[in-house]
Amino acid sequence: MTRFWTPWEGRPRPHYSGLSALLAGLGRGVYRVAAPVVRHRWFAAPVFFGVVVLGVVFVWLCGLFNEAVLADYPVLRDLLVVTGLAIFVSLVPVFCIWWERKVAGRMQSRCGVMRVGGWHGWAQSPADGIKCLTKEDLVPDDADPVLFRLAPYFALTPVVVAFVALPFGTYWVFRHLEVGLIFVLGMLGVEVVAVIMAGWASASKWTVFGAMREACQMVSYEIPLGIALLLPVMTVGTLNLAEIGNAQAGGWHTWLVFRSPFLFVAALVYFITSLASCKRAPFDLPEGESELVGGYHTEYSGMRWALFFFAEYVAMFVVSALAVILFFGGWNSVLPDRWGEVLGDGYLARAVRGVVFGGPLWFLVKSFLLIYVQMWLRWTLPRIRIDQVLYACVQVMLPLAMVLLLGHTLWELWLPPELIAARVVNVILAVIGAGLLLAALAVIIRSRLNARRLVGYLAVDLLPGA
Amino acid sequence: MTFEQIASLLRERFAGAVEEVVPQATRPYVTVAAERWPEVARFLRDEPRLKLNFLRCVSSLDLLAEDSLAAVYDLATVPDAEAEEVLSCPHTFAVRVVTDRAAAHIPSVAGVWPAADWHEREAFDLMGIVFDGHPDLRRILCPEDWVGHPLRKDYEFPVEYHGIPGTTEHELNSPRH
Amino acid sequence: MTEISLQSQPDLLVDYDRGEQGDVDTEELLINMGPQHPSTHGVLRIVLRCDGEMVLEAVPHIGYLHRCAEKIGESLQPFQFIPYTDRMDYVAGMNQNQGFALAVEKLAGIAVPPRAQYLRVIFGELNRIASHLVSFGTYGLDMGAFTPFLYAFREREMVLDLFEAACGARLTYSYLTVGGTTHDLPEGWVDRCLEFCDYFEPKIDEYNDLLSFNHIFVKRTAGVGVVSAGDAVRWGLSGPCLRGSGVRWDLRKALPYDGYERFDFDIPIGRPGGSDRTVPHGVVVGDSWCRYFVRMEEMKQSLRIVRQALRDLPGGDHIVPKFKKNKTVKLPDDEVYLEVDNPRGQVGFYVRGDGSAIPARVKARGGSFCNLSITSHVVRGCLIADVPAIIGSIDVVMGEVDR
Repeated sequence: MTRFWTPWEGRPRPHYSGLSALLAGLGRGVYRVAAPVVRHRWFAAPVFFGVVVLGVVFVWLCGLFNEAVLADYPVLRDLLVVTGLAIFVSLVPVFCIWWERKVAGRMQSRCGVMRVGGWHGWAQSPADGIKCLTKEDLVPDDADPVLFRLAPYFALTPVVVAFVALPFGTYWVFRHLEVGLIFVLGMLGVEVVAVIMAGWASASKWTVFGAMREACQMVSYEIPLGIALLLPVMTVGTLNLAEIGNAQAGGWHTWLVFRSPFLFVAALVYFITSLASCKRAPFDLPEGESELVGGYHTEYSGMRWALFFFAEYVAMFVVSALAVILFFGGWNSVLPDRWGEVLGDGYLARAVRGVVFGGPLWFLVKSFLLIYVQMWLRWTLPRIRIDQVLYACVQVMLPLAMVLLLGHTLWELWLPPELIAARVVNVILAVIGAGLLLAALAVIIRSRLNARRLVGYLAVDLLPGA
Repeated sequence: MTFEQIASLLRERFAGAVEEVVPQATRPYVTVAAERWPEVARFLRDEPRLKLNFLRCVSSLDLLAEDSLAAVYDLATVPDAEAEEVLSCPHTFAVRVVTDRAAAHIPSVAGVWPAADWHEREAFDLMGIVFDGHPDLRRILCPEDWVGHPLRKDYEFPVEYHGIPGTTEHELNSPRH
Repeated sequence: MTEISLQSQPDLLVDYDRGEQGDVDTEELLINMGPQHPSTHGVLRIVLRCDGEMVLEAVPHIGYLHRCAEKIGESLQPFQFIPYTDRMDYVAGMNQNQGFALAVEKLAGIAVPPRAQYLRVIFGELNRIASHLVSFGTYGLDMGAFTPFLYAFREREMVLDLFEAACGARLTYSYLTVGGTTHDLPEGWVDRCLEFCDYFEPKIDEYNDLLSFNHIFVKRTAGVGVVSAGDAVRWGLSGPCLRGSGVRWDLRKALPYDGYERFDFDIPIGRPGGSDRTVPHGVVVGDSWCRYFVRMEEMKQSLRIVRQALRDLPGGDHIVPKFKKNKTVKLPDDEVYLEVDNPRGQVGFYVRGDGSAIPARVKARGGSFCNLSITSHVVRGCLIADVPAIIGSIDVVMGEVDR
């Protein structure tokens, strides 16, 4: 139950002038309007129906845009897509930050964010964003004036630009790049420059350490990452992400991860190396709080730090999206596309097809599921030391990736998908995958059922006066 | 071995070094002359019957009435190999080394028990006893540029330190307990 | 900005052979860790001389939390000084109180009633559990595992609830005082304590599954900061640091106090890896993992002691009856040095009386003070990421180091 601070007459108030006075007046006005609304919560009903309406619109859009609509109006299409992407890219970190804090809280046997905004602290992220915006603009005296200010933008821009080639559906992509995968990987790689810039320009030995570790780690892990990504490319025969996604439209067993055992392991290798390239635990040594205070972003505060954070969460999404497209069926559902053909051709049929048989909803759900696994690992595992990180990369991941590449090449040569043997292996792997997923579900359900209330206050009623 | 046995052993070996034996104290101790202290220390550590290999504590003491400072070394025997059995009768022993207030010098035993390193630095810092032969004798708890040795009975608190007020008029004028 | 320097003698510098580097010119980095740092466990400053990630030399600087408690001890009566002992090792306040109270009682020749002895043992061991939980949690945090920290504090909250019910305070108790304890237990406290013991026992195995045998954690801590048994004794280490090096020495067994000889418990010591299934491969006796794991095992032993003490808790006075009204004690012109085995090491109190009620000298020997002195010796040749691993395993509380 949130309580609101009530202003009293005659309290000390700051005196603004000029533009600040305008903004302050605006803020005061907004508060005067919003406070009674929020306090009495009569907006709950409108919000609920608003969400429902938005959902329906979204579903209709799913159905509508599974064909090349608006191909005749390229400028309008581009504008719409860019706007949509901008909104999406802003919302992903906002949601992920809140979600991460909730996930962390639940795993740590506590509630997570609960206060800001009322329902489970949904407004925490916007509140944090506003706080970061209004913080003091702090640049260390010895910091390089240009590079220090430039680094956050070098971190955020590439990952946002990666969305240019990232498809959410067959036609839900800004540009169909024939070399889409290389483009996305290249954009993710530019983040190294940002980190080194940030670390070096901060004029602090600790940040330089963080930057150097980061450079080592990210650059080293891009090799096994790239090699692991070569396997699905080789299977489908193109670097175009939309085509790779479309190749998995036949249902659960056609997902590339189940095509061959090498692809199965390659998905795992890709996931681990992507953790390293996103600097997520257990590879979060560059921002290892307990050693380097903040690593390369120690000296950053306010909006600049927030931009680094945004970049991290957007990169998490991009990397998960890549995994989903290349291994886990992209925007296709577990049901084969052909089954959706029977529905016919009307608006409703198209909408149902867009939701049930393959659409951006599936893509988003799968991506966020992978992001959840990334968060889960972060809050479970300790941090790996830099020499162990590089050992794991060069002496474990790299040979493994090479072996997988070789193995899969031979698999494709000698066991093309039409052969019975390949089909059998495919089905076996699909069954294993389904089994793992169901096992995970079973564990979750069992743990929810068996959760006990902990003995919280053990002896409080023994205190005098209790 | 009991305290009396150890004391008499020391008296035999180091005739002139042992100045005083105080068995009646709650924790009995022996006073050893400062110049001979390192050899006595080495003997206490290396003698097979004693093997007092664990320096528990070095306490500095201000004997204002006798115009001297003292360092009290508490020792013990601890098994120093892995998984050795606990000694059935662990020795503990205590040695007091007294020195003049004006020129407070005691030879360091950091070469005998490395644990003495920090303890002696603390005694130097807070009481002002200079340990000759210490590898790195500098202040450990007080700042490097602190003046005076706080634990001395005649220590006067500084009025200010780098602009920070150290005490108040009231404090300076009020009597101690 | 002042230049940081090592301020140490040349013969402490390690002779590090960097080998043939061709014409690559490498420079050493002088880097400052602390006094404000998330993992130095308080205001500890370590100046590291590094070649890249490898630490060539580390010099700890302490004294940032020095409050000259010993000088204060020369102007207060012993029972008035008890709260100051709380604030030395503030995580294990009960044990600190117990140590000082025992020293004063030995000096003044006070016999403590048996109920008070049992209570001291119970609270001392419960505080040992709470302290080891803090050490376990913060060590996980240093290694990057955020979750065990919160689980540890969840359990610690229950212990602190028990303490609060008994004496009103959660951190600085001043409960175990000269002559016994300040208050008796409230009704129902014993049952709650047993409830806690039953609840907590399986949690230790949970923590071992989550952190102690986690492969990443073992790789970070096994073989790191190895202190041999001989070195440990020479440098005055005590407590889990000494026992982690394989030395079977615990004051509760060797020089028992407060009736510890009545209780049946084991002393966990460090064991090498690979010999049996309970110690991971790669662990060397005297490394950080051993020191850490000794604490986990000690929590189990503490539970045993608490259960026995609760079962046999006698009735009677909780403090020498005379002290209920007036705790003033005349200290003879005599001296005493008494050590107790605290969670962080052996804490000794040297008290010199001079015939009045106020001691002439109080000296506190902190376990962390002596344990920390080995840092410069042990950190050589390891990576920067190992420095928090070593300091976390030594488990320092700066209040005890600086007093």
